[in-house]
Amino acid sequence: MSKHVVASVAEVPPGSRKLVNVKGRPIAIFNIDGAYYGLLNRCPHQGGSLVHGVLTGLVESDEPGKYCYSREGEILRCPWHGWEFDVKTGQSYCEPDKIKVKNYPVEVSPGRRVVEGPYIAETVPVTVEEEYVVVEA
Amino acid sequence: MNVQVRDTRTTRSEAASRLAIADCDIHPAHKSKRDLDPYLEQRWIDELRTFGPRRRVGVQSGPAYPKSQPNAARRDAFPEDGNAPGSDLDFMRRQLLDPYNIQLGVLNATGENGQHFQNRDLGNAHCRATNHWQIETFTKNEPRLKASLVVPYEDTQAGVAEIEHWAGDPNFVQIILQSRSADPLGNRRYWPIYEAAAAAGLPVGVHAFGFGGHPPTGSGWASYYIEDMVGHAQSCQGLLISMLMEGVFERIPKMKLVLIEAGFGWLPPLAWRLDKLWKRLRAETPHLKRLPSEYIRDHVWLTTQPMEEPEPREHVLDTFDWVGWDRMLFATDYPHWDFDDPDQALQVRVDEPRRRAFFYGNAAALYGVAAVA
Repeated sequence: MSKHVVASVAEVPPGSRKLVNVKGRPIAIFNIDGAYYGLLNRCPHQGGSLVHGVLTGLVESDEPGKYCYSREGEILRCPWHGWEFDVKTGQSYCEPDKIKVKNYPVEVSPGRRVVEGPYIAETVPVTVEEEYVVVEA
Repeated sequence: MNVQVRDTRTTRSEAASRLAIADCDIHPAHKSKRDLDPYLEQRWIDELRTFGPRRRVGVQSGPAYPKSQPNAARRDAFPEDGNAPGSDLDFMRRQLLDPYNIQLGVLNATGENGQHFQNRDLGNAHCRATNHWQIETFTKNEPRLKASLVVPYEDTQAGVAEIEHWAGDPNFVQIILQSRSADPLGNRRYWPIYEAAAAAGLPVGVHAFGFGGHPPTGSGWASYYIEDMVGHAQSCQGLLISMLMEGVFERIPKMKLVLIEAGFGWLPPLAWRLDKLWKRLRAETPHLKRLPSEYIRDHVWLTTQPMEEPEPREHVLDTFDWVGWDRMLFATDYPHWDFDDPDQALQVRVDEPRRRAFFYGNAAALYGVAAVA
């Protein structure tokens, strides 16, 4: 595992997402209310590009005719077949024990720490004044 | 579930050396509501703008859109110009034909094509215009694409005339009807259409959905989209049973029926039941000379999208064995949301001859398109 600088914080504001490439792996970065989450950009079902998926809520029900809506904006639906995943963990809703999208830790680091290393910033020019999105992969 | 995860990016870059694919269900779309104008007489343009098309049912082909995803499409299938998925040939090449090495793509223009207009003259003109549009927009510019001839099948005479008008045109490889027709498709009033198709050497494709006014299920109108999605298999069983029992295949030996997006796991048990019952009830349908399963074996092809995904996945191979490996046709349904990825659809090991037949050879033979090396 190594840490990779993939974007400046300004590039991925809250509510946005960005597709990055780390060690040849496509990783979808999501910023949800200032917190960053990284998922392999490939649905485990048939390979749909998850960065194109809609973020929605979790609708559940204890019995017909009643429902509970929660976790608004935290459930990622695959843009192809609509499989639901917890954007924070990559866990699937229908088969949480079997089906999971690989997730990658994402953190924000200030430029002054990034320039000290051991970060890998191959494609993003780094300055000490800015903050950066860092993926561990 | 043991799902294989492959790096499609790597393999797609080697598209040229990949197995050739025949995609037997691609849906072209209009860029704008005026796309058909060049092929319509002014009288019909005025009619559409003034009165609009009169449909047989309010929900023209099932439930209201968006059907699970916007435009019922993959969210990544909208071209850069923002128009409807399936409307931009260049984008289709880049997203579908090139990366997957699709050498044969069969277009099914099942959208606003005129087949469902109650004003038959308007509908017939719209079908003709749709056929011109398919050529001018897609097949003329892309030799890998072939079109399905949109036939106004509820108007028998016009349907026959449409087939005879285009017979021999290499842009078309089959005629296309839709399930849930006004009458069961074995009804004699449709026979002249099947005879004309057979005479023109064209298979009869029937795409799930349709506008006859009947619900997809045999149990009335359902509450949920998922009920329609699985209900299409029921409506297609109904039309197949009708064709079998009315004697369509006995009457028209050259008839080739392609069931598109209808599922296929249901076919073997249906054939078992039909055979069993026909042996007991034969006297009712003496015009049939063979077991129902034998007509199915000789006359029916099926596209696989959306692929059945049993667990364990190997069970899908049993189903292929029962139906016949030479009858199964791969399809993506691009750009619709229930797209089957050629790399992912068949997640089980299959020997090379069968893989080649399923992904290309069967379609090439059926549609009279050259085999590839």
